[in-house]
Amino acid sequence: MRMPAGGSAAIRRLAQMVSVVVGIAVVNFFLLHLAPGDAAQVLAGEAGSATPEYIAALRAQFGLDQPLGVQFAKYLAKVLTLDLGFSVRQGLPVAQLILDRLGPTLLLMGASLGFAVLAGGALGFVAARHAGRPLDTAISALALLFYATPVFWIGVMLIVVFSVWLDWLPVGGMAEIGTGRTGLAHLGDVLRHLVLPALTLALYYLAIYTRLTRAAMLEAYGQDYVRTAVAKGVRPRRIAYRHVLRNALLPVVTQLGLQLGAILGGAVLVETVFAWPGLGRLAFEALFQRDLNLLLGILLCSSVVVVLANLAVDLLYAVLDPRTARA
Amino acid sequence: MVSKGILGLGGAAFGLILTAGAALAEPARSGGTLTAIVQPEPVILTAALNTAAPTGVVSGTIFDGLVDYDRDLKPIPALATSWETAPDGLSLTFHLRPNVKWHDGQPFTAADVKWTLENVWTKIHPRNQVTFGKVTGVETPDPLTVILRLGQPSPAILSSLNSNGAQILPKHLYEGTDPLSNPYNNKPVGTGPFKFKEWSRGNHIVLERNPDYWDAGKPYLDRVVFRVLPDAAARAAALEKGEAQYAPLSPVPLKDAARLGGLPNLRVETTGYEWLSPWLFADFNVERGPLKDVRVRRALAQAIDRAALARVVWFNFGVPATSPVPSTLTDFHAKDTPAYPFDTKRAEALLDEAGWARGANGTRFSLEIDYIPYGDDFKRTAEFLKASLRRVGVEANIRSQDTPSYTRRIYGDRDFDIAITWFAAFSDPQVGVTRAYWSASVGKNIPWTNGSGYRNPEVDGLIAAVQGEADPAKRRALFRRFQEIVLTDLPTLPLLELKFFTVEAVGLRHGARGDQVYGSFRDFRFDGPAPGQSRASAN
Repeated sequence: MRMPAGGSAAIRRLAQMVSVVVGIAVVNFFLLHLAPGDAAQVLAGEAGSATPEYIAALRAQFGLDQPLGVQFAKYLAKVLTLDLGFSVRQGLPVAQLILDRLGPTLLLMGASLGFAVLAGGALGFVAARHAGRPLDTAISALALLFYATPVFWIGVMLIVVFSVWLDWLPVGGMAEIGTGRTGLAHLGDVLRHLVLPALTLALYYLAIYTRLTRAAMLEAYGQDYVRTAVAKGVRPRRIAYRHVLRNALLPVVTQLGLQLGAILGGAVLVETVFAWPGLGRLAFEALFQRDLNLLLGILLCSSVVVVLANLAVDLLYAVLDPRTARA
Repeated sequence: MVSKGILGLGGAAFGLILTAGAALAEPARSGGTLTAIVQPEPVILTAALNTAAPTGVVSGTIFDGLVDYDRDLKPIPALATSWETAPDGLSLTFHLRPNVKWHDGQPFTAADVKWTLENVWTKIHPRNQVTFGKVTGVETPDPLTVILRLGQPSPAILSSLNSNGAQILPKHLYEGTDPLSNPYNNKPVGTGPFKFKEWSRGNHIVLERNPDYWDAGKPYLDRVVFRVLPDAAARAAALEKGEAQYAPLSPVPLKDAARLGGLPNLRVETTGYEWLSPWLFADFNVERGPLKDVRVRRALAQAIDRAALARVVWFNFGVPATSPVPSTLTDFHAKDTPAYPFDTKRAEALLDEAGWARGANGTRFSLEIDYIPYGDDFKRTAEFLKASLRRVGVEANIRSQDTPSYTRRIYGDRDFDIAITWFAAFSDPQVGVTRAYWSASVGKNIPWTNGSGYRNPEVDGLIAAVQGEADPAKRRALFRRFQEIVLTDLPTLPLLELKFFTVEAVGLRHGARGDQVYGSFRDFRFDGPAPGQSRASAN
């Protein structure tokens, strides 16, 4: 906040962020109530049998018997006091349900995104430096293959090869149950379970970052300042790192910001295939179960993370390219 | 061995059949961890308050019922050691097993039964409000005797008394609370062979051996872990690899079942579902369009080759149904009812006769088919019907939606022509079959009731009559008349009697009761080394 009017700009930015989040919450509430059926009906449906009294008892318990306006007022009052409410279906506070899934989600998304950015960036870097040559073609073809292959199919194939055939890694879940492992042993167990889902997800992201880095670097290579640097006799390796890569990072950071924003959404398909207890599955199941409190809570948290990730990206731009801070 | 009682004999009898006798001489092997798959994840763990299948699978081994059911669906003692119906049918007495304790150490008594009946079964349980509807009073002359006073004879009660049909909750933990939001729904305290230990949502549920179980020496296992594996391919892989040894309720697609059953370490069982007796059917919306005409409904019935449906779509995990009362309910299933054999010529003649001649493009009329979104098998059933109907000049459009949208459309908005779904018939058709025909529930937006919109006062009268009839022979006659009428009017076309299946490790041994899918794991044990044996506890 080195800007002259730093204080008021920060306040303005904060007010903007809060109003965006509240706006999203309001839209979500009415949007979700457009879906046919409610949680009571879903529960009754799953029960395989029901009577009007049973459904009425459930509706009363869930507060679904009240007019929509009343439900909305209650919901808004809760959002403004940072209370995410109660999941009627799971019988637990929404905040607890989300917190329980937060760790696994961050672990999976962090591991796969981190791997994808580093490996994808490196592959893109190498490809750009060998543009048009066989190595570039090979890397681009590989990236395209990963990008075009459905995530769930890669996941199932990895399970078949590494779990069923080779028996190196577990099929799914996040840790072996009831072993009572602690400390390093537990960490090792979790990492063993993490490898396949993180790899599955990373291969998809990796393709994106490879293509993005390569394209951005090729664009930077065409810039005047690169030509100047070449003319000055700067060594190609130094040009690639200092002049080209640094400028090529801007679109990569933008992309990373977008994906970090979606991190709480989790990855429904990968979480489902590998029985990973993440937020994506929780949200997906909440939708089908019409557990609106839970779904609204997840969406609200996601919107907060999106807003914060945007802020972080803006600040990072200023570091990478000081010119944007003055814009 | 005395304490094994009647149940042990039943279990041993089936063990004999399943394992060719040789195994009986071996001592029961104790210990080990059973990893089972439950899918989807249960909502709560008390079947008294949620009758969905996953809850029933987990809850069934934490709680006991008053009785279990053998494969002929006859009750066998569990928490009740014996019971008798008064000659006039107006009272039902249960003698409870002495010295049974809840998992928290409190004694299990008649007061628990009375409280649960009065506050849960007749108040909020979706099926039991009808089943126990004639109960006028509950007496507990001593802690081990329960007497139900009945306004009318209610023979169906005796078919709904296992831990899924009428689960007993601990009064001392539930009294004075709202049962639906009681925290013990998620950490249940039962009397069963396994105690609740831990539920990690989205991951697993862990149960541990109850050392004070009333059936001394049982259970054989130390621990049961239910894993939540949402993806069918991952479930198949976990079973194939031996990471899980028991997966009930058709856990993998039908086409994978044959492959898994052919592996040396797995077998596919279709027993243990007799108490459910699921049947697949198509509801015709009798309130709109061409299907108002019974001749059209009969024509469509004859246009569908149910044997081919069983073979092609259901891989023979189903047999053609001739009645809404499945043939597994031997006491009630009627033969020689109006039949609709596959005959496209006859179907076309009937449609012509009903005034729906083929138009210029060969089409008579078109209609909408909705199917219950419980997996590909139901979708492919819809596609099979569509193809069958096209052959007789009826165009069908298949619509897909999620479950709440589906139940709302069929049972609330009634905006459909043909709806494909399945019901559990249960061991008495009064519990699971008549709900599809009772006129009072039409359009009330209550899932799994009368979807066709059929209203027939005579059928309503029969449904009322079977609920209060004590004489088994008269009841059979009433059900026979019921089947004749609904198969004549055909508001609902029975398609198949479904066979659900369990995939399990070949080394896993257990008796197969008729309600095993929702029953306890007290007889489960492993031949040879059990998974997790090294962690076996001393008791």
